[in-house]
Amino acid sequence: MEHLDALENQSIYILREAYKKFKKLAMLWSIGKDSTVLLWLARKAFFGHCPIPLVHIDTSYKIPAMIAFRDQLAREWSLRLIVGQNTAALADGMGPERGRLTCCTALKTEGLQLLMAERGFTGLILGIRRDEEGTRAKERYFSPRDKHFEWNYKDQPPELWDQFKTDFDADTHIRIHPLLHWTEIDVWEYIRREAIPIIDLYFAKDGERYRSLGCWPCTGRVKSNAATVEEIIAELRATNTSERAGRAQDHEDTYAMQKLRAKGYM
Amino acid sequence: MATDIATPRASSNIVIVGHVDHGKSTLVGRLFYDTDSLPEGRYAAVARVCEETGKPFEFAFLLDALEEERDQGITIDTARARFHTARRDYVLIDAPGHKEFLKNMVSGAAAADAALLLIDAAEGVQEQSRRHGYLLHLLGIRQVVVVINKMDLVGYRQRAFADVRRAYLDFLAALGVHPQAVVPVSAREGDNIAAASARMPWYDGPTVVEALDAFAARPSREHLPLRFPVQDVYKFDHRRIIAGRVEAGAIAEGDTILFTPSGHRGVVKSIERWHPSRTGPARAGESIGITLTEQLFIERGEVISHLADAPRAGAELRANLFWLGDRHLAPGRPYVLKLATQEVPCAAAGVSGVINTATLEHVAAHEVAKNEVATVTLALKTPVAYDCFTDIVETGRFVLVDGYDVAGGGIVLPPVEDDYTI
Ligand SMILES: Nc1nc2c(ncn2[C@@H]2O[C@H](COP(=O)(O)OP(=O)(O)O)[C@@H](O)[C@H]2O)c(=O)[nH]1
Ligand SMILES: [Mg+2]
Repeated sequence: MEHLDALENQSIYILREAYKKFKKLAMLWSIGKDSTVLLWLARKAFFGHCPIPLVHIDTSYKIPAMIAFRDQLAREWSLRLIVGQNTAALADGMGPERGRLTCCTALKTEGLQLLMAERGFTGLILGIRRDEEGTRAKERYFSPRDKHFEWNYKDQPPELWDQFKTDFDADTHIRIHPLLHWTEIDVWEYIRREAIPIIDLYFAKDGERYRSLGCWPCTGRVKSNAATVEEIIAELRATNTSERAGRAQDHEDTYAMQKLRAKGYM
Repeated sequence: MATDIATPRASSNIVIVGHVDHGKSTLVGRLFYDTDSLPEGRYAAVARVCEETGKPFEFAFLLDALEEERDQGITIDTARARFHTARRDYVLIDAPGHKEFLKNMVSGAAAADAALLLIDAAEGVQEQSRRHGYLLHLLGIRQVVVVINKMDLVGYRQRAFADVRRAYLDFLAALGVHPQAVVPVSAREGDNIAAASARMPWYDGPTVVEALDAFAARPSREHLPLRFPVQDVYKFDHRRIIAGRVEAGAIAEGDTILFTPSGHRGVVKSIERWHPSRTGPARAGESIGITLTEQLFIERGEVISHLADAPRAGAELRANLFWLGDRHLAPGRPYVLKLATQEVPCAAAGVSGVINTATLEHVAAHEVAKNEVATVTLALKTPVAYDCFTDIVETGRFVLVDGYDVAGGGIVLPPVEDDYTI
C-alpha cells in the first residue's frame, strides 16, 4: 500500500474507534495545517460528514486571519464549532508578558479545561505528531489525562494491536491522537494530494512564512520563498530545521514542552 | 492514482530491544546521526544539556527526551522516530529495557515488522535479553538481527564477540528464533553502524544499516481469505454504511458475504469511500464502508468473510498469553477479551505451562504473574469469530482488559482437538 494511503487508513480507523467509544467527544481545531488535515480525515472517516463537534480555544492572541479562515470553513463544511476562552484570566490581564509558560497554561490549557468541564467531554481528539518534539514521540494514540488534566508519562497504559484504552475512571479523560504517526512532510504531501484548503499564512509573502501557527506574540515567521504547497514540500525536503523552531514557548528551557504537556497542554 | 517518484516509500517498523544499559537508545541516536536524519539543532541541544550537567555527549539523549530519563540514564517509554537509508524509510522504535517498563516494550514491539536484539559485549546475555527474545517470538516477529554492542570495551576482539554470540544464539535456537545476522558494533564510537569498522577487520558481515536494509518488506495480506470486522454502522444520510477496515483479503461489489458469529448473509451493493484515492474492490489495510442490497441488523464486532474460508467461531479459545498486569491472571476472575472489534466478557478456564520468560523455566502455578507467559483456555460469555494466529494474524490475536486497563495479550492456538490427527 502506498505510504499516504497507509497513514490515512490508520487515522480513519482511530477516528472511528473514538467516535464509537466516546459519547462526549470533541476535536480540537487550531486552524493550523495538522488539525485541518485531521478535520479532512474525519470527513473521510464519516463519508463526507463531521459528526464530532470542533473546539477552538481562542486565546485572543490568535492571528486575525485564523479566525476568518475558521469561520469560513465552518460555514462551507457545516461544522459544529465551539469556541472556548479563559475570559477570567484575560480580564485579569493574562498575556505573554507574564511569562510564556504561564500564559500558555492559563489561556490554552486552562481555557480548554474550563470548556471540557462545562460540556462534559470525556474524549478529545488532537492533531499532534510524534515528530514534533521528544515528549510527543512517546505518546500513545489513546492517552489518559487525570482529573487535574495531568499526563502521567511515567506510567502509560500498554497499547498494542490497535486495541486502545477506551475504559477509564469517571474523573479522567482520554486524548486521542490520530495523526501521531505522520510527519510534517507527510502532512504537506497529503494536503497536495487531496487539495485540502489551508490558511494562507503558511505561504510566503515578502520572503517570510509561518511554518507553525500559534499566538502572534509567540510565533515567528521563517525566511522562505515557498508560496505554494509544492514549494513548501521542496523546501522541507531541503531543510533540517525543526518545525517548532519558531515557537517561543518551546525554548524557554530544555524541558519546557515536557512541563507544559504534563499539565495538559496539547 | 498515479504515484510519482517524489511520493514517500512505504516504511518498515523496527524495534530495538535488549537489557537495560546495553546501549539501545545510543544505537538509535547513532543511527540518526550517522545517516543525517536529525533535525538541525537537536544535536546541539543535547550537547548543551550534557555540558551543563557535566556529562560526556550521550547519543541516547536524542531519544530519551524526558528529564527523568536523562537524569537517570534510563528509557522510560518507547519513542518512535522516522529515519531513512538510501534504500528504505524506517520507523525506529526505541524500547525501554527495564523490567518495570515491560508493558512499554511490548507496546513498541507489537508494532514492529522486525527487531534488533542488542547485547552488551562485556556483560553478555542478561535477564531482559532473554525475556525480550522470548516476547518477540510470541508477538510473531520472525525477522531478527542480533547486535553485539560496546565492542570497544572488549578491545574489539573476535573472541569476546564469538562467546556472546554463541551463548545468545543457543538461547534463541531453543525458542526457534534464527537471526539473520549477528553484528559486532560500538554504538558510541560508531563502528559497524552505517560504515564498516576498520577496528574489526575479522568481521565481514553486514553493518547495522545493511542488516536493516536486508529485512524483507511486510508481506501483503491481500491474497488471504477476506476478514472485514465491522467497526460501526452509520446512517448520516440516505445510506446505511457498514464501516470498518479490511484486515485481510479483498471485498468487491456484488460479493456474497457471511457475518460471523451471527451467521447472517448478504450481498455487497457498494463499496463506500469519500474523496477516494482509488475505486473498485477494497483490499487489506483499507478503512472503507459497504452497503448491502438488503438491510440486515448488524452490530459492531461481527467479522465479514466470503462464504468459503469463513473464520472459526466459538466460545472457547486456547491461546499463548503474556501478562503485564499487576494483579495475577487467575482462573475465575472476570476479564474482557478484545479481538478485532469484538468485546466479550471472559474468564480463564484453565492455565497451564506457565513460563518465567527470563529463565525459560516452567513455574508450577495456576495463576500467571506479571511478565510471565502461559498457555490458557478462555471461556467466553458469547461466541466470537477468530482465526489461528498462524493463519491470519489480525484476527488471531487479542488483548485482555482487567478493570480499565489492557493487562495481557495473546495469540490464538488451534483448538486442542486439531493437535491429534486420527
Ligand atoms: N563504551 C561504550 N559505551 C556505550 C556504548 N553504547 C552505549 N554506551 C553507554 O552505555 C550507557 C547506556 O546506554 P543507553 O543507550 O542508555 O542504553 P539502553 O538502556 O539500552 O537504552 C550509556 O552511558 C552509553 O553512553 C558503546 O558502544 N560503548
Ligand atoms: Mg534506552
